[in-house]
Amino acid sequence: MAVDEQREHKWLGKSVKRKEDERFVRGRGNYLDDIKLPRMLHMSILRSPYAHARILSIDTSRAEALEGVVAVVTGELLAQHNLAWMPTLSGDTQAVLATDKVRMQGQEVACVVAESPYIAHDALELIEVDYEPLQAVTSPQQALEAGAPLIRDDKEGQEDNRVYHWESGDLEATDRAFAEADRVVSLETFYPRCHPAPLECCGCIADVDPATSRATIYMTSQAPHVIRTVFALVAGLPEHNIRIVSPDIGGGFGNKVPVYPGYVVATAASLLIGRPVKWIEDRTGNLISTGFARDFHMKGDLALTSEGKMLGLRVKMLSDQGYAYADAQPSKFKAGLFHLVTGSYDLPAAHIVTDGAYTNKAPGGVAYRCSFRITEASFLIERLVQSAAYEIGMDPVEFRRLNFIKADQFPYESATGFVYDSGDYERALDLALEQIGYAELREEQKRAREEGRLIGIGVASFTEAVGAGPSKDYDILGIKMFDSAELRLHPTGKAILKLGVKSQGQGHETTFAQIVSEELGIPPEDVHVVEGDTDNTPYGLGTYASRSTPTAGGATALIARTLREKAKRIAAHLLEASEEDLDWDGERFAVKGAPDRAKTIQEVIFAAYTDLPEGMDAGLEGVKYYDPPNLTFPFGTYAVVVEIDRGTGQWKPIRVVAVDDCGVRINPMIVEGQIMGGLTEGYAMAAMELITFDEDGNCIGSNFMDYLIPTAWETPHFELHETVTPSPHHPIGAKGVGESATVGSPAAFVNAVVDALAHVGVRNLEMPVTSDKVWEALNEAGLAQ
Amino acid sequence: MKIEVTVNGVEHSAEVEPRLLLVHFLRDSLELTGTHIGCDTTSCGACTVLLDGTPIKSCTFLAVQANGRAIKTVEGLIRNGSLHPIQQGFKEEHGLQCGFCTPAMMLVSAALLEENPQPSEEEIRWAISGNICRCTGYVNIVKAVQWAAANGQSERAQT
Ligand code: FES
Ligand code: FES
Repeated sequence: MAVDEQREHKWLGKSVKRKEDERFVRGRGNYLDDIKLPRMLHMSILRSPYAHARILSIDTSRAEALEGVVAVVTGELLAQHNLAWMPTLSGDTQAVLATDKVRMQGQEVACVVAESPYIAHDALELIEVDYEPLQAVTSPQQALEAGAPLIRDDKEGQEDNRVYHWESGDLEATDRAFAEADRVVSLETFYPRCHPAPLECCGCIADVDPATSRATIYMTSQAPHVIRTVFALVAGLPEHNIRIVSPDIGGGFGNKVPVYPGYVVATAASLLIGRPVKWIEDRTGNLISTGFARDFHMKGDLALTSEGKMLGLRVKMLSDQGYAYADAQPSKFKAGLFHLVTGSYDLPAAHIVTDGAYTNKAPGGVAYRCSFRITEASFLIERLVQSAAYEIGMDPVEFRRLNFIKADQFPYESATGFVYDSGDYERALDLALEQIGYAELREEQKRAREEGRLIGIGVASFTEAVGAGPSKDYDILGIKMFDSAELRLHPTGKAILKLGVKSQGQGHETTFAQIVSEELGIPPEDVHVVEGDTDNTPYGLGTYASRSTPTAGGATALIARTLREKAKRIAAHLLEASEEDLDWDGERFAVKGAPDRAKTIQEVIFAAYTDLPEGMDAGLEGVKYYDPPNLTFPFGTYAVVVEIDRGTGQWKPIRVVAVDDCGVRINPMIVEGQIMGGLTEGYAMAAMELITFDEDGNCIGSNFMDYLIPTAWETPHFELHETVTPSPHHPIGAKGVGESATVGSPAAFVNAVVDALAHVGVRNLEMPVTSDKVWEALNEAGLAQ
Repeated sequence: MKIEVTVNGVEHSAEVEPRLLLVHFLRDSLELTGTHIGCDTTSCGACTVLLDGTPIKSCTFLAVQANGRAIKTVEGLIRNGSLHPIQQGFKEEHGLQCGFCTPAMMLVSAALLEENPQPSEEEIRWAISGNICRCTGYVNIVKAVQWAAANGQSERAQT
């Protein structure tokens, strides 16, 4: 499936203004909470104050007696319908409402359904729950100690707190590499728990029609089709009687992939009561109970020759999964794509050992703007590479260059089994260095040090792997990760495109229309893009892991080409020429050598309904399910300059240069928007975002006063640049881009702060790199003022 | 309690619970759903509206406090069927992605332009720093405000 035609692009590469914006700037977006149904009830959730406790009793009588309360739902009631537990997207189980124990602070214990949201909240205070607190397990290390309290005593055969043990790579080859090494450099680091925290929280409206038993569930879901199937499995509802509608979504970043208890309870409540039930999560509920991200404890060892050539990589990772293993990720890979940890480097041998442990925290983890845990992998290798460079006395940039996979090595098979489709890492690095003025900066850094100022330069050269996936390797709960596009061309030359993916702000209504425009010559304003309604779109796995363009984008291009083939036959009939004698110029079919004898695509489409060749079926419509032959591998180099205030330990990015290569850019304006958003979240992780817990398992970071998100005031300026290395297997040569910047940039920011202090021997600062941590390091080095 | 409030130039009188938040009055009673809710600690600014021309967070303001006052929401930005320059600016400069923060961002920016028709980048960043955007990284929001400053005669944020 090579990149189509050499014709110059008409619509790809154009910064078409977004079609979706008109409704949003008018305040006419249609988000979940904006939907109101007749006779709708409101649900709110009572959450556990304890991280680990036995439930002795729940008394709901006072709540039930409150005027306006329609029902109080407890785990016991759900258990009668076999709904107290549900499967997670990684095949584990998670409580819908607690029955035996609570296993995290914020766990769902009971729900009130009432005539108004205010009454529903009032009633929560009238529910009395008697808890017997148990010792909380708050770290994966503690979880795996002998004698640690057993968290999942509900699971038969589960005797300890281990979730999984998973290895990747070649142990023997790696051992050999380390035996031969002149030098081994190690880095131990922790990628702390953070949260995607989209500005709109999660929510749903479940509307089960008592007459037909049909359930229409409006839901903030990034993956409505998968959710429909999971609901069929959880609730035992026939799948044709479930319709999931994802309306406009106020950001997702991975948070809106999983199934949450609120969705299930609202649906059960609607089924039992026979009225629509709305549940809107509050921010605290969002931050303490829904899919967190990261929480990986990692150690990497790099085996090197005396010249600095990499021979092998060993990685150990321990993941804090919370009380349920709920990652949305391919079932084959227990730690997601963390084994992409060899990154951009030609590593002949690698071996990765990963373990997951249950703790008394929210279930997870989701990949926050990340392709299945690649963010953690990229962070580790890019931090380790910098440490190694310091240890062997090489410039980190030259050390990278020496060990890069070279442009002529693609397609490149990595030591952990990925086949990188394409890349030119040196070109991206060079461009970043040139743009930031690397050589001069190193001089300036020296001068600054002499003057007593601390400047740091951090670089990260990341490789992403996005677009799951080839169905042979990638699935969610066994459902293969293909995606789909249905294209219908209307008689008057307009189009409707229906997709199985779901935008949360990525601009699909514009980008995907442009793909149709490119292939068929119908302008984007004439292409209506529909997503998110499972009754009206073909099956797809949804939008996350930067997969929409690689999968649904491929499907869109291919179905458009199929329709163009049929259109060509119709055009031949209209022009009384043979198909071979027709040229396609992007908008018209013209007779070779007689360009005036031509039919526009609109004329041909009209003929598909009015003037067909003998024997041809009417219409121009079709569906394509696209199973990509491989992932796509975007890459780039981010370079950051920071300055540290020696008095306070505060650090500030002075420059952020980002070179991204995501192959062919469909809409550069949207691509750049994605990159800037990702850089901001990457900066946030490096500098401030943190979900942490005290020893009793109380979540610290449960609202926006404790969980810090950068505002316009803290967010740095970005300088964006690009190189273009098309994906050789994607129909339009595109790769995903939504997550590159969150994957690549945290390491660049941390590398920069560490670099400012490298001369006094600092090798590591843990994220979030807050000023107190920097000040400690300054103080230890005698640099604090 | 009975309140009388002018919202986007239209007078409303309503009987409300004393504890009703202004944001719920706007969204649920008046069905002006362009004003959003993103947090429960007055941190995100998604609920921002203009009270007599000044931005306030309507999630931390009681409907009864708005008695006798004039409110402007995103739905009131449009004038005679055409977009306010700030709305145009957000479209032109790709100042929004998911759009959830956008109504509030535009209102804060419109209020800024009223007071300061040619703000510096720093002034813009400061003015919008009570509002979180999780998608854009703010650069294009700043550009959107600059676009509006350059292209629109700022109009008195009539309420
Ligand atoms: S909703 Fe967040 S500040 Fe009002
Ligand atoms: S555009 Fe999504 S929060 Fe601002």
